[in-house]
Amino acid sequence: MPKTYLDYAATTPCDPKVTRAMSVFLKKDFGNPSSIHNFGQKASMAIGGARQSVAEFLGCESEEIVFTGSATEADNLAIFGTVKASKITKPHIITSQIEHPAVLESCRELEKQGAEITYLPVNKDGVVEIAELKKALRPNTLLVSIIYANNEVGTIQPIAEIGELIGHAMSSGHRMSKIYFHTDAVQAANFLDCDVKKLGVDLLTLSAHKIYGPKGIGALYVKKGTPIAPVIYGGGHERGLRSGTENVAGIVGLGQAIKEIQNPKLKIQNIKIRQFRDKLIKTILKIIPGSRLNGSLTQRLANNVNISFDGAEGEAIIVMLDQKGIAASTGSACSSGSLEPSHVLLAMGLSEEQAHGSLRLTLGKLTTQQDIEKVFKVLPTVIQRLRKISGYHS
Amino acid sequence: MEQPYYTKKILERFIHPRNLGKIKDADGIGDTQNLRCGDLMNLYIKVAKQDGREIIKDAKFETIGCGHAIAISDMICDLVKGKTFEEAQKVGFETIVKEIGPIPPVKMHCAKLAQAALKAAIDDYLKKSKK
Repeated sequence: MPKTYLDYAATTPCDPKVTRAMSVFLKKDFGNPSSIHNFGQKASMAIGGARQSVAEFLGCESEEIVFTGSATEADNLAIFGTVKASKITKPHIITSQIEHPAVLESCRELEKQGAEITYLPVNKDGVVEIAELKKALRPNTLLVSIIYANNEVGTIQPIAEIGELIGHAMSSGHRMSKIYFHTDAVQAANFLDCDVKKLGVDLLTLSAHKIYGPKGIGALYVKKGTPIAPVIYGGGHERGLRSGTENVAGIVGLGQAIKEIQNPKLKIQNIKIRQFRDKLIKTILKIIPGSRLNGSLTQRLANNVNISFDGAEGEAIIVMLDQKGIAASTGSACSSGSLEPSHVLLAMGLSEEQAHGSLRLTLGKLTTQQDIEKVFKVLPTVIQRLRKISGYHS
Repeated sequence: MEQPYYTKKILERFIHPRNLGKIKDADGIGDTQNLRCGDLMNLYIKVAKQDGREIIKDAKFETIGCGHAIAISDMICDLVKGKTFEEAQKVGFETIVKEIGPIPPVKMHCAKLAQAALKAAIDDYLKKSKK
């Protein structure tokens, strides 16, 4: 059965150029970049090249890039690292209720350790309100961490506006510290401008496997002069911020993936993805009664569809779709180990029942017209079938 | 070794449940909801007398929930047929796993929900038959 993959927000396949670039450093040029001999130096040079590619994408200096083992690790380094380096005894952090667990759980851990945390609400469209953030600022605010584009509903947060607000806040009133601004740009990188100067951020997280690169490699932009302490100790790699022999092939893969997403061809691909997305949203809402779109229609990533269905449960939808050759995702409680429905959907004001029946379809550069048509053919029968099992009548 | 999240047997039960739907002239109806995960279940039973004892003659279900919850609902209907109320209420997660194979432990609450629905259906019958 031909497989239709509509879960690009979970992960993406490696671009052939990426795997080609990587394989050299798994086989021929396998040296340890810390070694002085030729094998090591080749690897070291390759890391330098990848660092340069990432820096160009972000509009920063190479020295401001730290490679990590994942985006989760980059988020942890940004949050724990700035708190650790700060002299404030009880720092205050502002984040949102719709962050990725990598940020949310890091903040919860710091809260246990005595930090003050504000979890900003979002409006029903799934967007943070600037006014709420302004109200939340305190004299001991050290860090603001807001996701650039949400992974579940794809809503885009006003990062540049927040950056500006923080800039103003620092020139007025008594402050115990400069306020540092972090954004997790993992989902945004494929579609949005990630120029750190335009965004006004001090820290920014990237992941390779969401942009057609390999798993197990992430990066953190750390603006020059930002006090930050490591969370992993050892041989002092990555300017002491991330010890551990570099994942050379992974770093090269990330560098190549970053180059590829700046390819002008991608702009055209993204237009096609957006058209597919719009068609999916419009058609599904039309042909399936008792369905509604979750999250803003306009402030939304070009590849994200998130729809709730009455009388059907998310995991059941996913498993039935998988049986028919469509791979998708859900924010349903059943799929999470905790049995709690998606914190993102609940923060947007959905009832537990509505969050229970959510379906996420995320598109990518290999998505075709046939994939979309298959959804139109299969999804209504799946929902109908599950509604029969649940005894639901619209 | 890691088990598949949905085994073949569970998938078969989920996609083609054998005891789906309402019993029109049901003797007992039980509805329950798991407030935490949001699953809802209706269980319908038909009661008959056999050798002077009351037994569950037929059982059907409607469930809004994940594939495991649906498969478990269907299994429990099969497993309680022909049993007395006392015997039927002993059917639980372990009985179901023995019949159908491994289910992730996180889904144990699905069996609890089905058991609660069955108990509610039996209670409903007992309440009605006292009148």
